[in-house]
Amino acid sequence: MEKDSLVVPDATILFAGDSGDGMQLTGSQFTTTTALFGNDVSTFPNFPAEIRAPQGTLAGVSGFQIRFSSEQIYTSGDHCDMLVVMNAAALKANLKQLKAGGTIIANTEGFDAKNLRLAKYPDGVNPLEDGSLEGYRLLTIDVTRLTKATLEGSGLGTKEIDRTKNMFVLGFIYWIYNRPLDNTIKFIEQKFAKRPEIVEANLKALKAGYHYGDTTETMIPRVQVEKAKIEPGIYRNINGNPATAIGLVAAAKKSGLKLFLGSYPITPASDILHELSKYKNFGVGTFQAEDEIAAICSAIGASFGGALAVTTSSGPGIALKTEAIGLALMLELPLVIINVQRGGPSTGLPTKTEQSDLLQAVYGRNGEAPVPVISANTPSDCFYAVYEACKIAVEHSTPVFFLSDGYIANGAEPWRFPKEADLKPIAPVFAEKPAEGEKFLPYKRDEKLARKWAIPGTAGIEHRIGGIEKEHETGNISYDPENHEFMVKLRAEKVARIADYIPLQEIDNGPAKGKLLVLGWGSTYGSIKTAVKSALAQGYSVAHAQVRYLNPFPKNLGELLHNYDYVLVPEMNNGQLVRMIRDQYLVPAEGFNKIKGVPFTADELFTKIKSLA
Amino acid sequence: MSTSIQEAGKLSAKDFASEQDIRWCPGCGDYSILKQVQTVMPELGLPKEDIVFISGIGCSSRFPYYMDTFGMHSIHGRATAIASGLKATRPDLSVWIITGDGDSMSIGGNHFIHLLRRNFDVNVLLFNNEIYGLTKGQYSPTSELGKVTKSTPYGSLDHPFNPMALAMGADGTFVARSMDRDPVHLRTILKRAHAHKGTSLVEIYQNCNVFNDGAFEVFTEKSSKANETLFIENGQPLIFGAEKDKGILLDGFTPRVVSLSDVSANDLWIHNEQDRLKANILVRFFDDPRIEGHFPRPFGLFYVEDRFTYNEAFVAQIEQAQLKGEPDLNKLLSGGSVWVVE
Repeated sequence: MEKDSLVVPDATILFAGDSGDGMQLTGSQFTTTTALFGNDVSTFPNFPAEIRAPQGTLAGVSGFQIRFSSEQIYTSGDHCDMLVVMNAAALKANLKQLKAGGTIIANTEGFDAKNLRLAKYPDGVNPLEDGSLEGYRLLTIDVTRLTKATLEGSGLGTKEIDRTKNMFVLGFIYWIYNRPLDNTIKFIEQKFAKRPEIVEANLKALKAGYHYGDTTETMIPRVQVEKAKIEPGIYRNINGNPATAIGLVAAAKKSGLKLFLGSYPITPASDILHELSKYKNFGVGTFQAEDEIAAICSAIGASFGGALAVTTSSGPGIALKTEAIGLALMLELPLVIINVQRGGPSTGLPTKTEQSDLLQAVYGRNGEAPVPVISANTPSDCFYAVYEACKIAVEHSTPVFFLSDGYIANGAEPWRFPKEADLKPIAPVFAEKPAEGEKFLPYKRDEKLARKWAIPGTAGIEHRIGGIEKEHETGNISYDPENHEFMVKLRAEKVARIADYIPLQEIDNGPAKGKLLVLGWGSTYGSIKTAVKSALAQGYSVAHAQVRYLNPFPKNLGELLHNYDYVLVPEMNNGQLVRMIRDQYLVPAEGFNKIKGVPFTADELFTKIKSLA
Repeated sequence: MSTSIQEAGKLSAKDFASEQDIRWCPGCGDYSILKQVQTVMPELGLPKEDIVFISGIGCSSRFPYYMDTFGMHSIHGRATAIASGLKATRPDLSVWIITGDGDSMSIGGNHFIHLLRRNFDVNVLLFNNEIYGLTKGQYSPTSELGKVTKSTPYGSLDHPFNPMALAMGADGTFVARSMDRDPVHLRTILKRAHAHKGTSLVEIYQNCNVFNDGAFEVFTEKSSKANETLFIENGQPLIFGAEKDKGILLDGFTPRVVSLSDVSANDLWIHNEQDRLKANILVRFFDDPRIEGHFPRPFGLFYVEDRFTYNEAFVAQIEQAQLKGEPDLNKLLSGGSVWVVE
């Protein structure tokens, strides 16, 4: 650590630029380096739906927020301490995110007349020069000129030199925060292994940025965020989508089943397909189908054959899969349906987060069609939640929904990952040839009301299944009215009975009885946790519970809710869990909703809690 | 686990009939197709438990219920997609898709063409009756233009699909047509379909005697069959007619009907089932038989191609990756870079 560094417990940086400026890469490099250093880390990438929106415009701004701390943290930060902007549009779009007195690092070339015009600043106004940023600490750097000078004589063209600008900036930020370069050096060497001249250029720009801090008399103080005091153990950095992919591979390995993914590309779920397609050495089969319907149907076919079958999508894709989900539950075959939620309805906000599809998952099918639903709270929690979804699917012979969302799918955090041996067993039960003289009953049930997995290739159990109502146990087509009512109730009971096999609802933080319970689900976990922690510290009578199992609910949830005078349900939607809670438990629950494509800030939740507790 | 092949050899058509009562309308062409499939099955030498029939929705899609094998009656248009997932993960199974003209050409059209281009090693039996039967008589994507049905009292406006041409366009590797009323021909084609490695498409003209009776009469009735149909065989000249007196001559790219009294059989178009170019011409013999100067409708195997199957490649890619050694889940869990917090 440098002698003159300022030690702070916690820092948040927002990298922002044009979607072609490489801000996501810059942010994720800073994240890995910082996680490896030993800070607790939480990130929030925020980018436009267009791959290359018109350059320099507000629509094209791509941002990556990273918060890192010497303490345990649960959110990527309400506001940032430092805003790094590559152009005028990035400043305009993100200035409101910067704390009063915060630092702005601006690339001057991005504030030329053209960029100012594109960012819709009035004629002749340049925020870097007009004093409007007086409340902040502003540092301007001509990154373009400096990288050009650094790479003079490299033989590279202007375009290629321009592409190293982000490495210069990253190098400079590393200098400010006292971070080593080796992780990024290794990354660059691997990424461009086939083009040594590009490796050299990027490394030069990175180091030039770092030395720029050393050699210029910058007025920005260097900052040190010490290693976090978190639970001891071995950690890695993880994003939600890769955690989901790894969770699926782990479930396949532990259950002894082949993993099959039928998928169709859709934002923000595609990364699970990308990730899984790398793991063929684990026997994983990935099938990029012609559409969402074929994706889930191929998975149903694989499940019929005895594979651990999965389909991944987001809201609009799930809508297309709806009929096939009904088929899977009618067939009573294991299937995991992953919805990485995004802003809806219709195409909605493809790259923005929203807890948009809880009601779709729980209720959105024709007929009486109950499907278990499980959600994840954080990026690393995606691993455990999807693993649990696989376990329920296989052991209860049913399709299961796993709900993630854009925030945790793309966000990252350190993860004290488990060992293979720590994972719960998953035990598929396959049907065998019945004893001599006995008839095979494909829909005979165990105490869970699950049926055995009767896969082709097993002699003596040849049978037919289908979407038409079936007779109890035999599975033969039946239009009998009594049988239909019986079967509808049986299938409902089968899903309800899963409550006997899942953990009871726990209070995450706060008293077991009190004035206010803040009840959340999914990715709001971190914001609620932070806000409730603050409220408790100030003496408010408030507790926090995060519901992971959304259908069926844990058996004690109703009882637990009645221990509080009032229930607040914050959701990034127009009120979905709150309806289910009121419907099932008749408690005075109030929704607190944010539908802006971005997560709750801990601050806005804290304010709301104070008004009720 | 499996019955041995020897035992399988002892099976008869009866062994493939399930206990379910058959609920097709009396006189339906589906009965004949079911019978031919049940007859052919024992000859394939496969144990029953290794055979799977998957169907979509429609009259024909009830088919799996009547076969004493594994079966799935799925949802409308999706049997092809379900079969794809099954075959990818269970290449050991013999997979048969049962579909109709509504199921495969309309609601399931997308999956149909993608199945063909991928060339999964499965068999598709397309029961074409040119009508929607189960929904009680609306026109289908293969109904002729101007067809008057319940949903088109003034005649349909839809130009019909030619399923064989569509299959050629989708790069199908086994493109064949047969009919419910010619059991011997149907059984021959079914056996070849099974033997082919790749997606074997068999379009079967099937009479719906309730909603579209006689749609294929001109091809199936004794009085007209010989003059209106052309049964194609590999290496044989294209000859048809009650007196075997007519043939097809290929003049450049233009086919012409000629009389054998004018042209020697040696000069006729000799069918080569591996000739994609000529197969593309042959599938276009699709004229309305009421039109003067029309071509006879061909039956048989138009085109067959030996191309790698998706399921083989799918498995090979996994096996290739596994050559690198036993996968280590703990390594996957720990990822590339870790750090220790003490």
